[in-house]
Amino acid sequence: MIKSLKAQNSELADVSNELRILSSKTPTGFEEDAFASKLRGSGLYPLHPTSIDTLQINVGKMCNQTCKHCHVDAGPDRKEIMTRETMEHCLDVLKNNSFKVVDMTGGAPEMNPNFRWFVEEIRKIDQAINIIVRCNLTIIVANPSYHDLPDFFKRHRIEVVSSLPYFTAMRTDSQRGEGVFEKSIRALKMLNDVGYGIQDSGLILNLVYNPSGAFLPGDQKALEMEFKKKLKEPYNIVFNQLFAITNLPISRFLDYLIRSGNFDDYMDKLISSYNPAAAASVMCRNMISVGWDGNLYDCDFNQMLELQVETTGQHISQWSTEDLTAREIQINQHCFGCTAGAGSSCGGATS
Amino acid sequence: MKTYYDPADLKNFGKIGDFQKKLADKFFDYYGETFKEGALTAREKSLIALAVAHTIQCPYCIDAYTVDTMEKGCDEEMMMEAVHVAAAIRSGASLVHSVQMMNKYKELSM
Repeated sequence: MIKSLKAQNSELADVSNELRILSSKTPTGFEEDAFASKLRGSGLYPLHPTSIDTLQINVGKMCNQTCKHCHVDAGPDRKEIMTRETMEHCLDVLKNNSFKVVDMTGGAPEMNPNFRWFVEEIRKIDQAINIIVRCNLTIIVANPSYHDLPDFFKRHRIEVVSSLPYFTAMRTDSQRGEGVFEKSIRALKMLNDVGYGIQDSGLILNLVYNPSGAFLPGDQKALEMEFKKKLKEPYNIVFNQLFAITNLPISRFLDYLIRSGNFDDYMDKLISSYNPAAAASVMCRNMISVGWDGNLYDCDFNQMLELQVETTGQHISQWSTEDLTAREIQINQHCFGCTAGAGSSCGGATS
Repeated sequence: MKTYYDPADLKNFGKIGDFQKKLADKFFDYYGETFKEGALTAREKSLIALAVAHTIQCPYCIDAYTVDTMEKGCDEEMMMEAVHVAAAIRSGASLVHSVQMMNKYKELSM
């Protein structure tokens, strides 16, 4: 198993180095290539939220996989996970405010020992809220204690969002690890068996496609059609929607870009593909991301770069909807990943 | 080292309009329209372009349509099969001319 950048003591495990490398893409004289300048040109700078309807909670960096592109630098060697006390703060915020979506991510969120308790408590607070779990699929078949996850998800009407970078083993395994495709297919069958992804079941199973290399995702609808065809024929697997997500140049994907000599070209591609319509609908305008330690961020990417929200209270225990809605969103060159082409968010294309 | 082909030139393709705008505009309009989803999908068109790029052996086009087919979700097997289609037509075109050679051979032989 590959080690995380942190366990390897990589230079890129230090966010100040990541930010320095990203900033090097705005050399003096090319200021029009700075993300802030692009936003200014679109009348969006400084960037402010529209409203906050999504609480994305990263319950920990622990994961059973070590994907090559992971922006969290997650893996089995990462021990940072959210405590029950921090989850209780999240529950207080959910009780006292109105959200449409709670989006749980990681790592593998299911590996947090308090995961099931947390989901049950969220459901008790709000019967209607859409609870998303970003499930890496292989966790379901990792060991017998996880085999009942599909039933658990069903019982609490969870929307399952799962990564499957491609419909063949070769490309999936090259990104996510040896054997991941076969395990993912088994897990998808288990989800389908309890009704997930089946028309009119009300149980939503969405897949995430992200390119396994230094290129951008193509048209989301066309890719969805292809995935549906290629998963239906040999495997009899069905799902609802495909979210095409662009890889952002941070953490392990940044490491890959630099090592493979693709960093400059990839950044140029992101910058030249800037789309003002996608910029207007970036996900950070309607969400707050909570870190495993309770700190608040504009999105999961800013969380990994340790760019905290620019408000007085920066921890979930100090939540203020008013302050958070009035804040200026922190930006840097990695943000070009969300505004390239058709745009990208945790829910796929944005324009 | 100086070479005739520089990969960075591909990014400047749009600048051909600096020397002749009207014709460049017409070309890029036509190009854009051709590659839109139609009776053929954008993905099928991209694979055709990849195959043709190998036939005309244009390094810019090979780079551009390798990226484009990958973005459109094609895998290495599909891409190589497309190139084999181009190669098969090329070799077939040579071989079918051998009928002419055979005809001439027979004409000249006792």
